[in-house]
Amino acid sequence: MFFSFDLLFEAVLFGVLLGCFYAAVSIGLSVSFGLLDVPHVAHPAIMVFGAYCTYLLGLYGFDPIVAGIVLMAPFFLLGMLVYRFYYETFERRGSEAGVRGLAFFFGLAFIIEVGLILAFGVDQRFVEADYIGSSLSLGDYRIPYRMLVAFGVALVLTISLTLYLSKTFTGRAIKAVAQDEPALRLMGANPVRIKQWAFGIATGVSALAGAMLIIVGPVEPSLDRVYIGRTFAVVVLAGLGSMTGTLAAGLILGISESIVLMLFGASWAPAVAFGLLLIVLGIRPQGLFGR
Amino acid sequence: MKYWISAILLVVLAAGTALSGMNEYFFFAGYVVLTFVVLATAWNILGGYAGYVNFGTAAFFGIGAYTATVLFKWLGAPLAVQIAGGALISGLLGFGVGLLTLRLRGIFFAIATVAVIFICETLMINWRYVGGATGLQLLRPEVLAPFETYTRMLFVLMALLAVGAVSIARYIQTSWFGRGLRAIRDSEEAAEASGVPTLKLKLFACTVSGMLMGAAGAPMPMYLSFIEPVSSFNLTYSVSALAMPMIGGTAHWIGPVIGALLLGSVQQIVTVTISNEINVLVVGVLLVLFVVLAPDGVIGLFKKWTRYFK
Amino acid sequence: MDQILQVKGVSKHFGGFTALSDVSVDIVRGERFGLIGPNGSGKTTLINCISGALRNDGGSILFEGVEVSGLPAYKRTRRGIARSFQLPRPFHSMTVLENLLVPLEYVAHGKEEEVFDILRRIGLADKAHTQSNQLSQVELRKLELARAMAAKPRLLISDEAMAGLSGSEVDEVLKILLDLNATGITVIMIEHIMQAVMRFSQRVVCLDAGKIICEGTPASIVANPDVQRAYLGA
Repeated sequence: MFFSFDLLFEAVLFGVLLGCFYAAVSIGLSVSFGLLDVPHVAHPAIMVFGAYCTYLLGLYGFDPIVAGIVLMAPFFLLGMLVYRFYYETFERRGSEAGVRGLAFFFGLAFIIEVGLILAFGVDQRFVEADYIGSSLSLGDYRIPYRMLVAFGVALVLTISLTLYLSKTFTGRAIKAVAQDEPALRLMGANPVRIKQWAFGIATGVSALAGAMLIIVGPVEPSLDRVYIGRTFAVVVLAGLGSMTGTLAAGLILGISESIVLMLFGASWAPAVAFGLLLIVLGIRPQGLFGR
Repeated sequence: MKYWISAILLVVLAAGTALSGMNEYFFFAGYVVLTFVVLATAWNILGGYAGYVNFGTAAFFGIGAYTATVLFKWLGAPLAVQIAGGALISGLLGFGVGLLTLRLRGIFFAIATVAVIFICETLMINWRYVGGATGLQLLRPEVLAPFETYTRMLFVLMALLAVGAVSIARYIQTSWFGRGLRAIRDSEEAAEASGVPTLKLKLFACTVSGMLMGAAGAPMPMYLSFIEPVSSFNLTYSVSALAMPMIGGTAHWIGPVIGALLLGSVQQIVTVTISNEINVLVVGVLLVLFVVLAPDGVIGLFKKWTRYFK
Repeated sequence: MDQILQVKGVSKHFGGFTALSDVSVDIVRGERFGLIGPNGSGKTTLINCISGALRNDGGSILFEGVEVSGLPAYKRTRRGIARSFQLPRPFHSMTVLENLLVPLEYVAHGKEEEVFDILRRIGLADKAHTQSNQLSQVELRKLELARAMAAKPRLLISDEAMAGLSGSEVDEVLKILLDLNATGITVIMIEHIMQAVMRFSQRVVCLDAGKIICEGTPASIVANPDVQRAYLGA
């Protein structure tokens, strides 16, 4: 274990990029779970599914970011369908819904994971692009281009979504339905349609997040498991419903993981997210900026 | 009374079968199915009765297995001690996780249990004493008479554990404690307002649940003569322990038993005849189907059909 | 004066929103006390703080002279505070009888026959073995009250038990509460139905935007211009 400030700085730098990436992959969950209160443990699985779709499109020559953007529309529709189904089957039926809703999404995540294994096998898949594989040199430090790309897309995604939710009419309706559904109903708006739309957006965003996932590194079907830890750690640490919190929480996770990676190696890094999650739940479950 | 007679008969039946000339494979598969009876029953104490979903069965199971391994390697402990140790450590784990997260909403508890799986697995991967990532070979001691093979003995042992677990679940269900858990599930706020110490009851259910899962995991290293982290903390244990009560029915102790026997047998058949992946797919699909279409499980369907034919 | 409940300077915040601000009120043992106020004024929040469903941020709450603000709700119920919920929360997988057995077993440690007595008084005796999720709205309201009664409280808080009920149903519930009070149980009633509050209460307090704006006899409250303004919104 060789410690130096140079290594630490590089770890922090990498951590910032990684953290922004984590924020972007979690922002869909911030909407679906944080705002809409859907126990969406299948969020990472859908994201990994998006990564595999990006891989498929890559086989046809699509650049991964383009693929990700193209996939946003069908994933948006998928999201609306999933929410509609969830609402009709579970949310409507009352308090039993809690257990069954969770079990449903857990089962769904499993089905997606095994489906991917059956379709693609357990081997890792990756995409190729100009910016994957080479690094930018900044003095003594080398930053992989793919991390910069992910960082850039992540930043754009997070800021766009935050602005959407606070500046546009539908965006504010989504926030309103999260805070006070009965009031919204009284105003004549249909909360179910709004939530459906919001869930669609969250899923559409996950498509792009999936594209970034495969840009940042190779993917395998079981990847959704560790990302349950990462996305929920970010969303809980941020505080349910806080978009800006998601960015801050993502950075905290990214930097922590990067430092642990440097100090203790790759076998400990995945546990950081889960450990952070448990600590937050134990000490401050409402997170940094919770409702 | 009828219950205890049936229970004793079942154990006698299991022992009798083990001493017969039955195909050895029956005991390999039977041990696994009985393990799931324990896991499903244990899960249901917290998940079915109180309504708090535990995704982390694999953690409690795996920790039970590793505790047994440590006790065996360090002290040469006999099976009974291994099981007691596994139950104790997993029970403590259940208590710890519960203390941390049962004050919060159900989904936070569920996510915390996923976290526990990963953390336990990572810890075991990095612990040389129990073999780390490559695992550990274990030499079985001499099989006790009158059993011919070690597997047959483990089969009967697991049958005993299964009866024990179901008896505990039955006692909880029919006692005032069980009514308190149901009140928590139906409306935790109203339960608290009605004088139910909700946190204490949840903690107790979580601890008991963890203990039983640990007890079920303890004989596993002896069953396999081997232990390693990835298979010990396999998420399939978590999905199955959740799916089986959902399929069988969560309101009554017989539900997890039905679910475990049904799904466990299906799993054994599919894994051998088709593949392990299809097996997991089947579990996932059945879980979703039952959760959506038959929320009260097989018990609920049975009740509906009998009402229909009256 | 034997004060069964003393609320002193209680406040409660939800993020930036102040639901209760420096609320103080004393309730005498055996009193019939009415709590009114427009929607959103903090009535249920105050009840939640008293019963323990919420923890108050500031101030103190003394029940029979003992500070209870730090106690979880179930302990307060065991000490003698019971409440019904505005939106009925039955234990829906249980029958009416079983619903009442929960507080009976966990608080009152009584016998099953006592529960039947409560069911008779409240008019649900013939529904004792009906699944609670098959009850009508009125019956659910009665179940809420019955469940609170089964805890053998010394202070009963009724949270809008009469909302949406017909005239005769309101009379029914009113009679139940009056009879309860006659046995020595202090009753706090939250209601919007003014005629019920007036007929029932000896003293009334009006909340608005988290603050007490008026306290006194029913007649004086109704005549008070601040109260009229709060309800009609000047």
